[in-house]
Amino acid sequence: MKPEDYVEHIVDVDGWPVNLTSYRFGEMFHCKADNVSPGAWLARESGATREAAEQKALDRARYLLARTRRHPVS
Amino acid sequence: MSEYAHPETLVSTDWVAKALDEPNVRIAEVDVDTAAYDEGHIRNAIPWNWQTQLCDTVRRNILSKADFEALMQRSGITPKTTVILYGDNNNWFAAWAFWQMKIYGHRDVRLMNGGRKKWIAEGREVTTDVPAVKASEYGALPADASLRAYLDDVREARDEHGAELVDVRSPQEFSGEILAPPGLPETCQRGGHIPGAQSIPWGLACNEDGTFKSFDELQTLYGSRGIDGSLPVIAYCRIGERSSHTWFVLKELLGYDRVTNYDGSWTEWGNLVAAPVERGAPSTATAGVS
Repeated sequence: MKPEDYVEHIVDVDGWPVNLTSYRFGEMFHCKADNVSPGAWLARESGATREAAEQKALDRARYLLARTRRHPVS
Repeated sequence: MSEYAHPETLVSTDWVAKALDEPNVRIAEVDVDTAAYDEGHIRNAIPWNWQTQLCDTVRRNILSKADFEALMQRSGITPKTTVILYGDNNNWFAAWAFWQMKIYGHRDVRLMNGGRKKWIAEGREVTTDVPAVKASEYGALPADASLRAYLDDVREARDEHGAELVDVRSPQEFSGEILAPPGLPETCQRGGHIPGAQSIPWGLACNEDGTFKSFDELQTLYGSRGIDGSLPVIAYCRIGERSSHTWFVLKELLGYDRVTNYDGSWTEWGNLVAAPVERGAPSTATAGVS
């Protein structure tokens, strides 16, 4: 099988940039979310449509990002 | 444009596509996201799991020589095999595997330039079939200690200014604003960086498509921060995988002789009692770039 319809775009999730990468294998769309800086993987989800796969990945990313604390730096 | 110092350590996706059935080539996928392989991978590629197969699972350490040999044997690799490594996140953990293979003296190991991202973006064929592998015989060389830095090496470098320290984490991790990449568990007690370290985030070495920047661009990037190979270099990050990516760049692409990866990294230094820590933004403009 070949990946098709490869798309990358960056969205804001509660103040954190998140890079969404999605593509289709056959009938199923896959989406990976990473945190842009430094680019670490946060979530990998799949769905019947790109939107569904992206939404699941975003939901998971939002959950994980909510745990990240910002510390004051003098 | 100058050529990389060791261009033989990189292969293109085109090269790999033509080598899938070569009997002396073994392809291994090493991902941060260990489930990525199951979604679809290059035909005949085997998976290596960084959490269970590329480290000592009891002590915090890289593979022992015996465990490394066992992994090579299970993977059907002999000392004469050409090993191609690729993975997600522009080859973070593929570089980690590359570094360990060099520590144990494997002669012909290469990274697929651009990693999994480029292969997928190019719409190349993938499969979910896991190849059958015939076990091999493998004897590794003794570990090459010149490729690895320990805590004492870092302390000495800092105290005596005998080596350059390169922090390859994101600017926010460097400054101490966050203790781990956003969304990942905090694994240290303090944020900041080792005093005197230069902030050169790993991702600055990559193009948008995941491939490495040219020799000239890399030389300018590191040279502009004083990293020109005239002094030994110690690269570090949080757990040592991003810094193995930078180690690859400095050692194999720019050809600097004395480059080590401090795999203890910030999860060691940032947890040490009474260790000196510096906070604050990098002196050079790297904000927003990973």
